[in-house]
Amino acid sequence: MENSLNSKGRFGIHGGQYIPETLMNAVIELEEAYNKYKDDPLFNKELTDLYNNYAGRPSRLYYAEHMTKDLGGAKVYLKREDLNHTGSHKINNVLGQCLLAKRMGKTRVIAETGAGQHGVATATVAALMGLECEVFMGEEDTKRQALNVYRMKLLGAKVHPVSSGTGTLKDAVSETMREWTNRIDDTHYVLGSVMGPHPFPTIVRDFQAVISREIKSQMLEAEGKLPDVVMACVGGGSNAIGAFYHFIEDKSVRLIGCEAAGRGIDTKETAATINTGREGIFHGMKSYFCQDEYGQIAPVYSISAGLDYPGIGPEHAWLYDTKRAEYVAVTDDEAVDAFEYLSRTEGIIPAIESAHAVAHALKIVKDIPKDQIVVINISGRGDKDVAAIARYRGEDIYE
Amino acid sequence: MSNIYKAFENKKAFIPFVTCGDPSLEVTKEIIKAMALSGADLIELGIPFSDPTAEGPVIQEANIRALSGGVTTDKIFDMVKEIRKDVKIPMVFMTYANVVYSYGMEKFMTNAKEAGMDGIILPDVPYEEKEEFASVASKYGLDMISLIAPTSHERVKMIASSAEGFVYCVSSLGVTGVRSEITTDIGKMVELVKAAKDIPAAVGFGISTPEQAKKMAAYADGVIVGSAIVKIIAKYGKECVPYVAEYVKSMKEAITQ
Repeated sequence: MENSLNSKGRFGIHGGQYIPETLMNAVIELEEAYNKYKDDPLFNKELTDLYNNYAGRPSRLYYAEHMTKDLGGAKVYLKREDLNHTGSHKINNVLGQCLLAKRMGKTRVIAETGAGQHGVATATVAALMGLECEVFMGEEDTKRQALNVYRMKLLGAKVHPVSSGTGTLKDAVSETMREWTNRIDDTHYVLGSVMGPHPFPTIVRDFQAVISREIKSQMLEAEGKLPDVVMACVGGGSNAIGAFYHFIEDKSVRLIGCEAAGRGIDTKETAATINTGREGIFHGMKSYFCQDEYGQIAPVYSISAGLDYPGIGPEHAWLYDTKRAEYVAVTDDEAVDAFEYLSRTEGIIPAIESAHAVAHALKIVKDIPKDQIVVINISGRGDKDVAAIARYRGEDIYE
Repeated sequence: MSNIYKAFENKKAFIPFVTCGDPSLEVTKEIIKAMALSGADLIELGIPFSDPTAEGPVIQEANIRALSGGVTTDKIFDMVKEIRKDVKIPMVFMTYANVVYSYGMEKFMTNAKEAGMDGIILPDVPYEEKEEFASVASKYGLDMISLIAPTSHERVKMIASSAEGFVYCVSSLGVTGVRSEITTDIGKMVELVKAAKDIPAAVGFGISTPEQAKKMAAYADGVIVGSAIVKIIAKYGKECVPYVAEYVKSMKEAITQ
C-alpha cells in the first residue's frame, strides 16, 4: 500500500503523522519553527554554549584498554554519554527542544519517561529555562525508578504516574499525547526519542547527532581513521541514531542496534521490536511494532525501563529495511552480566539500557580482528539501576 | 457514496457510540438493536484497540473490558453481519489506524463492506494521511469520515472539501469524555464546513445531557455521544440494554423538539 501523497516525514515507507486532527496545527507549527531556527547562527550558538558549558560536552571517547585486552579482539572505545549532566544522552535533545520551545513562546513543557532519564533531563532544563514542567511516567516505572521520581520533584516538576495499560513507557507516551491535546497553546511536548509523528523523529535525531559528530572527529584524532563498528542500545532509538547518524554515508562502518530481548525473543516477555514485531501504525508513526495478529499492541517486557517499548523509531525501521544497520536482541541476563562486567573491568557502571550494547560487544569483539575498532555508545550511567540489579541478584536492598 | 446521508435526511441525527464486545458481543447486539428502535439515526461501532490515544478513561476502560473478553475484529465482522438482518440504519466503524492496517487494508474494507458497514472513522488518521485509507475504502463504497477540531482553523476548508459522509466536528480540546461545558464556537465551526462543502456536520466529544444535545443540534446536523453511553454500559453490565434504550430515546427527543 502506498503512503498518501500529502504525507510528510517519511523514511522509506516509515514515519508520517498519524495523530488526531487536534494536534496537527501543533506539529505544523513545530516544524515551521524548527526549519526557521535549525540553521540560525544565534540559535546554534546558544545551543552549543549550553552543550559545552551546561551539559559538559563534548563527552569523552574513552579507550577501554582492559576490556580490549580481556576480549582479545578489536580495540574497544566507549563514547561516554553517561558523563553528561543528568547522566545520559537525553540532555542533548532536551536542551535543543526546550530552546526551541522558548523561541516558540511556550511556557510549559510536558514529557514522557521510561527509566526516568528523559524525565530528569526535561525537569532539569525546565528548571534552567524557567519553564513549567509535567512528566508522565508509567506507574510500574515509578516503582522501578523511585529515585528518579524524587529527583524530578526536586527539580520542580510535577510527576504523573500513569496506571492505564501496562503502566510502562508506551502508556506514558499515550498519556502525554492525550495531555497535549488538552492544552496546546502554551505547551510543547518534549518527546524523548526518535519516534512519534513528524517532525519529532527528525528533530530529535538532529539534536542527538552531536554524538556521532563528536565520535567521528575524536576517532580521527585518536586513531586517524573511522571506526569499523558503532553499536548502541535501541528502545525508541535516540542514542543509537545519534551514534549512527554521521556514519550512515560511511558504508565501511558497521552499525549495530541492540534491542531488549527481555526473557528471550522466543518468549512473550520481550521488547525486541525488529526481531519480533511487524509493520504497523502507532504513536503517530508507521514503523515496526510488537503486536498481535489483530494489531493490538503487545504488552512488552524488559528489565530496562528505558527499552521497554513496543516500537522503534521510523529511521531505524528504514535502516533495517535497507540493511544499512543490523538489529540484534540481548536478554536481561546478558545485559545484567555486562552491567557487572563493565563495572569491574573498567570501573564504569553503565545504565542497564547501555549494558545491552556492552553485552553484544562481549559476544562479537573477540572475533573482530585486532586492527579494527569498535565504538560502544554508553548512553547513560547506571546509578539509577543499582538497586534493581541488586534485587535481580537476590540482594534485597531498597533505595 | 454510502447510505450515511440517509441519517441526516430532513432531520437532526442522533449518533450513539458503543464499544463492540463490552461487556460481550451478545450484549452489543442487543444494544445496537435497542439503539435503532429508540431513534438512533446512525450508529458508531467501536472496534477496541489496546492503546486508544484519543480516548478518555471511560472508553479506554471499555476497550480493555472488550479485549479481555476475547473480542477480535473477525468476531465483530460476524456480529455486524448478523445484526444487519434487523438493523437497517447506517453504521460506521470507529477504531484506530493499526487495527485496519495490521488486518490488511483491502481485507478490512472488503469484510467491512460485506458485513454491511457504511463508513469508518479513524481518529489517528488526519487529512495528511487520509488518502492511504480512503483510496481503499472508496473502492468498496465505504465513506472515510473526516474530523475537524477546535484547533483546525484554516485547515477546515481543505478537510471539509474532501470529506465524505459527514464531517465529525470535535467540540473540545482533549480526549473523549463527559464535559460539564462546551466552550468552542460550534456555530462558527459548522459554518466553515458548510462554506467549503454541502455536507452534514455532526458534533461529538463531551456531550452527555439532553440540554447539551439540544444546544448542539441548533448549530449542527447531528449529535454524537460516546462516553455517556459507555458509562451506562459499565454501570449496568449485561443488564444495560433498557437503560441505554431509554437514554437514546431521551437524547433523540431533545434534538427533535
